[in-house]
Parts: sequence; C-alpha cells; structure tokens
Amino acid sequence: MWSYVIKRLLATVPIFIGLSLIVFFIMSMIPGDPAQALLGAWATPENVARINQELGLDKPLWQQYLIWVNNMLHGDFGRSYVLNRPVIDEVMQRFSATLILGGSALLLSTALGILAGIFSAVRQFGWGDRLITLLVLVGISLPSFWIGLLMIMLFAVQLQWFPASGMVEAWGGGGWTDILHHLVMPAITLSIVATGVIARLTRTAMLEVLRQDFIRTARAKGLSERKVIYRHAFRMALVSVIPVVGIQAGFVLGGTVYIETVFQWPGLGAMLVKAVSTRDIMLVQGGVLVAAAAYVLINLFTDVMQALLDPRLKS
Amino acid sequence: MKTALQKGFFLLWIGACSLTAPSLTFAASPANVLLIGQVAEPQSLDPQVATAANDSRILVNIYDGLVRNGPGKLDIEPSLAERWEISPDGLTYTFHLRPNVKFQDGSAVDANAVKFTFERMLDKQNPYYSTGPFPLSFFFSSIDHITTPDAATIVFSLKEPFAPFLSNLATPTGLIVSPEAVKKYGKDFGHHPVGSGAFSFVEWQSNQRVVLNANAHYWEGKPELQTLVFRPITDGNTRVAEMLSGGIDTMVEVPPDSVKLFANNPKFQLHQATGPHVWYVMLNTQVPPFNDVRVRQAVNYAINKQSMVTNILQGSAAVADGPIPSAFGWAHDDAVKPYPYDPQKARELLKAAGAEGAKLTFYVTEGGSGMLDPIPMATAIQADLKAVGLNVAIQTYEWNTYLSKVNAGLNKQTNMAEMAWMTNDPDTLPFLTLRTQAWPDKGGFNSGYYSNPKVDALLDKARESTSQDERGKLYKQVQALVHQDAPWIFVANWKQDAVTSSRVENFSLQPNFTLLLNHVSKQ
Repeated sequence: MWSYVIKRLLATVPIFIGLSLIVFFIMSMIPGDPAQALLGAWATPENVARINQELGLDKPLWQQYLIWVNNMLHGDFGRSYVLNRPVIDEVMQRFSATLILGGSALLLSTALGILAGIFSAVRQFGWGDRLITLLVLVGISLPSFWIGLLMIMLFAVQLQWFPASGMVEAWGGGGWTDILHHLVMPAITLSIVATGVIARLTRTAMLEVLRQDFIRTARAKGLSERKVIYRHAFRMALVSVIPVVGIQAGFVLGGTVYIETVFQWPGLGAMLVKAVSTRDIMLVQGGVLVAAAAYVLINLFTDVMQALLDPRLKS
Repeated sequence: MKTALQKGFFLLWIGACSLTAPSLTFAASPANVLLIGQVAEPQSLDPQVATAANDSRILVNIYDGLVRNGPGKLDIEPSLAERWEISPDGLTYTFHLRPNVKFQDGSAVDANAVKFTFERMLDKQNPYYSTGPFPLSFFFSSIDHITTPDAATIVFSLKEPFAPFLSNLATPTGLIVSPEAVKKYGKDFGHHPVGSGAFSFVEWQSNQRVVLNANAHYWEGKPELQTLVFRPITDGNTRVAEMLSGGIDTMVEVPPDSVKLFANNPKFQLHQATGPHVWYVMLNTQVPPFNDVRVRQAVNYAINKQSMVTNILQGSAAVADGPIPSAFGWAHDDAVKPYPYDPQKARELLKAAGAEGAKLTFYVTEGGSGMLDPIPMATAIQADLKAVGLNVAIQTYEWNTYLSKVNAGLNKQTNMAEMAWMTNDPDTLPFLTLRTQAWPDKGGFNSGYYSNPKVDALLDKARESTSQDERGKLYKQVQALVHQDAPWIFVANWKQDAVTSSRVENFSLQPNFTLLLNHVSKQ
C-alpha cells in the first residue's frame, strides 16, 4: 500500500512543475500590469516603469520565472504587491477559511447525497424517489450564487436567523459557535450541486448492485433488509461513489469562488478574484498553487480510499 | 429500513436546528461600536502608500495631517499645525506645531517626525524609502528641502511657487506617520499603522475587518465611539443585505438601484454630497472631426445628461458643467451652466462643420475607480449621438488595460474616451489634463491633446498665487474658457452616498470622500 501511495505522490511532481509554468505564463499574458493597477488613474508611463523596476518586473519573463521557483524552493513565496505582505501568510490564512467552508459543504453533500441516493434506490419510482429526483434536478440546474442571494434575502434580511456575510461577528468573533452560525448559509448553498450529483450517482450505483445475485442470496439467507442494504449493497456501491465524491470535492473547491464572493467568506476563492483584478501576480500564483496542491491531495486520497476498498485497483 | 432513514433525516434536521437555535433572535451589535461596510479590503494603512478612497476612509481616523479640510467643506484649516506662514514669493512655508501631541505609540509629534514623513517618500537615499512604493509622492515633488529650526517648527522650501501645496498637505498622502513605528515595522508598517488621530489601530484580519479603538489621549478630545470596525463587503447587493439585516450600521457607495430602498425607510438615513469628481468623455482634438470646436460643442448639446443621471445613475450624480466641480465653491463659477440638451442645435452645428454622418471610435472601460456605470453610460451617449447623425463604435477594455491605452494618449483612430477624476484642489485636474505641457509625451494626462495658450497661462499663474481669492478668479476664467472650447463632453459629478441606521447620530459625509468619525455616536 505504501509503495502505491509513494508512487502516486511522486507522480505529482511533474504536475506541479507544469502547473507552475501554466500559472506563471498565463498571468503574464493577461493585459494590464501590476504597476498600472497599483498606481490607478494617476499612472504616468514613467511611474509605471519605475514601479516595474522596483518589483523586478522589467526582467525577462524566463528570469522572473526562475527567480520565483528558486525562491519558492527556499520557502519564500514572495510578497503581495498590493497587500504588501508575505504571500504565504495571506494564502494560508485564506486557505484555512476555505477548508472550513469547503469541508463542511462536502461533508453535508456526501451525507445528504448518499442518504437521499439510497432512499431513492430502495423506493425506486415511489413518491419519495420522484420528489428527490425533482429536488436534485432543481438543485443542479439553478446557479448556486443565485440561490445564495435568495437565502440571504430570506434568512438574513427577512427572518434575521443568520448573518448575511462574513465568517464571524465583526465586533468580536465568538469562537466556533459564531463560525458555525455564519457557516450555515454558505455551506448549504455550496453543497447543493454536489449533493444532487452524489445523490444521482448513489441511486444508480445502488440500483445496479441491488439487482445482482449476491443480494438475492443474502436476502434468501434471511438477513434483515437493513443488513442487506448497508452491509452488502452499499459497501459495494461505495466503490463507485467514492471517486464521484472526490471529483465533487474538486468542484466544491472551485465553487467557493462564487460563494465566498456572495457571502463575503474570507477564503481563497474571494482572494483570487480580487488578486486577479488587481494584477497581484505573486498572490495569484501562490493561491493557485495551494488550491492545486489541495486538489492533487484530494485525488490522491480518493484513489487510496478506493484502492483500500477494491484491491484490484492497485495494480 | 424506513425507520432507519427517517431517523437519519430527523437527526440531521435536529442537528441543523440546534446549530441555529441559540441565535434565532439576531444578535444586535453593541452600542458605541460602529460597523462600517466598505467596498473593498484596504490595500495599505500606510498613508503614503495608499491611493484608494476606500483606504482613506480609514486613514483619516488613524492619522492627522499638518492641515486638513474643514468638516463639510474643502477649505483648509489647522490640524497638527496650529498656524503657518507663507513667504510673499510663495517659496517657503513655515508651520508651527501644536504642543504636546503624541502618536498612539507614545512618541512625540515633532518637527523631526514631519520631516521624516516627507523625506521617506521623496528622498531615494532615505533608508526607509524602500518601505514604499509611494505612488502619489508627486503631490509633493515641488519640495526642495525641509528644515527644522526647532522641535515645534518646520520649514518647507519649494523649488517653485506651488499654490495647491496646502491642499495637497490635507490629502491622505500628507498624513503624518510615527517614525518609531516605521522603523520598527519597516515594510509591514501598512499593517501596523501608528498616527496621532482620534482612533488607534487594533487589528486587521484579512478580508474580515479592520478594528480601531478610541484614542483616549487625542488632542481634540476623546471620540464619542469606543470602536470602529471597517468590513470589506465587495458585492454591492451583499452590502445592502447586511445593512438591511443589521449586520452593519453604515454603508458607503450604495448601488444606484438600492438608493430608493433606503431613502423611504424610517429605519435608515441616506446621506448624499456632491464630491469633487468629474465624469467626462475626452475628445481627440488632434484629428477630425473633433479638431473643430463646433463639433465638440455639438456633441455636448446632443447628449441628454439629465436623463443619464436620473435614469442610469438613479440620482447618484449631478449634471457636470465644466472641468472644475461645484464642490470647490471658491473656484467654481456658478454662472457657467451645463450645455442644455438640444439635439436640433447639435445638428445645425454639425451641418455647419460638415461633420454629418461622421464615424467615431469610442474607448469605454468595463469599470474602474470613480467610473460609475461606464458601459450603460457609453451606450446612452452612443444612442444620443446616433440621433444627431454620428455613428459611434464602442470598444471596451478592462480597467487596467484601459488606463494604459488612454494614459499613453489617444491614437489617431480613436476619437473619444471616458474618464473620471476625483481631486482635492481645483488645480489638480485641469493642470494634469488640460495644459499643453500635460500632453502624454510630456508626462501628463492630457490624452485628447487639448491646447489653449490662454488656459495654460491662467493655470500657471494660479499655481504661483498665494491668495485664494485671486486663485479662485483665475480658475473661474479657466472654467469658462474650457467650457467654451469643449475639449470634453462634460457629463456628471458623482454624489457620494452613504446610509446609516437610525442608531447612528452626527454622521456627515465629507466632500473629499473620507469619513471623519470622531464626533459620531451610536445608541
């Protein structure tokens, strides 16, 4: 097992090299430079040139890239031009907020999706199945940021149950309960699409398994229905559900960009949106690399989990 | 099976309810803590580094300048300097500091601190120059050298007479920083600001809040509020939702569509003030058809600006009458009226100039600082010009790209470009955008290549004058001349706006787009 994990880990090295090249050169191709963004409307060509020189942006691109990679290998991710603070501090602070939001959304959608999927499969074509199918279709079809805005209007403005934005009360955060209170709406909004997808796939996987011979055998042996569903059918179906959850984890991570902006959640997604618009290249590069690392790790974790459940996959 | 699943859903529901139960009644924010919904995260709380109005709203509460704009006006009044003298030749400014004022870190506000503040951004040899960059240091490029005869006196010697010097000292770039704190934090000073203002810095949590506490030793007396919390809420709709739900007490830059929502609600108060801002369309005067003054005047007559500020901007701006906004009362000639909407007259002028049916290229930005609603405004202009027989092709660009294209000067194929400026002195905008010496190749922002020797002479003279009355008269002449020459389509002056909840008292907007909060209170 360990050799498998190490092999998979080593395979991520070229991914990161490719990624760093893509991120670096795509950012440098975006029109508008950081000096212009820093100086705003007051930017004279002379001042733009001076700031570019101060930031080292007048050097050839390949040199900038090598300096950046070399610094990163020494643990220095550079300084944000706009925020004038170390990139690594900003990115890690934002990333932890994104993990809280993305993690809880993923937990929520996995739990709800699997439960709803099993329920649907067991009651195929019953009213519950139809209702869930309808809800899933609606959830997948509607844009989540729009659902987020509706939730804000209903639960924050009208009912005043939840705060409209932020991660803690602005006048002094009150620990975990405060964060949970702020988390409910963005986490639910972010989880809607993934819940739908997981529910659909769990239903399909379960239906397929339930039709197989070993289920009939289990029932014939006189096992209780609960044991048949959970111990036999679901365990088998899980092999196909886990990669879906892994893919959804990636989508949830991507979805935080919208949700963090709508709910002003202080995460990596909202940071990247702002950093791109202000041409804060260093911050974008650092943020994208960390997000990509998270994505790669999620994939690795999914593969390992799947291999544990189904040893055939290791080969 | 049924019971197991039902139990599962039930437990989840209970879980969700138990999370929300403690706060089914929404927690009201404490009294004496003012929560301000801002439009963005500040870039820096170092006054010499920051450029955005968003940052200035925080800075003016942490720092003081030598002088400041008086509440509700753009006149200059004493702040850290009790009084000052200007030499008759306009070359030497001597300031006398208020005694016994301390920075929030306990160090003294003395002549050395003032000297340090300016030399840090102006002198490349200064060991703290590297704590920059200082994008607006050119506000003070007229300073030749600074001397400190004693701890309470500071003398600025200028290279040439420069009348806007006092106004520039009143901008956030002229706020005085604690040298001790700059030395201690270096490049991180922008995250650990120390000034002498009414509120001192407590914390800055990235994308969550900047917190300031009342400075009990403030030389003008302890402020009414205990704490200020500035929250960045970039999405306009979310900012409105936070205001409606009580999550913030004050919001700035109300989305135009939401202005009416607050104006008619007794739980809120809407504040509006026309600021020193101009939104205009620069015309390329180098190439036909705008090298003919009749065509330039024609497009000013052709555009229904009143409809634009009422319908597109929902009353969040007023119609502009020239290059000097009415917010500068002492320098603005009320007799110069905006070009009226008169398409018939526009057609006549175009016919006389032989410019009927001209094809025009119009640069438009997707958004940007002070640009209001640039694309809908551009399409309204396009439609109005179409109605008088001019065919306008719009080209849109992202803001940073747009600036680099426009600031370099309009090329011969480009006839028009949108622009907006916010300034603190009537000199700044015309000096940087209308003089012959301000053409882009000379380092200015006159991207439409307007040139009138009379305007040049008036602006030069106004810079050298130390009498505000005389300066005012000169700017009024500039305003009338430029209005007549019409190098721009004068469109709108932005009214800055803010909403406060009914718990907030004594709140007023400053014309310079900052928020002075030391007299504000909250129940």
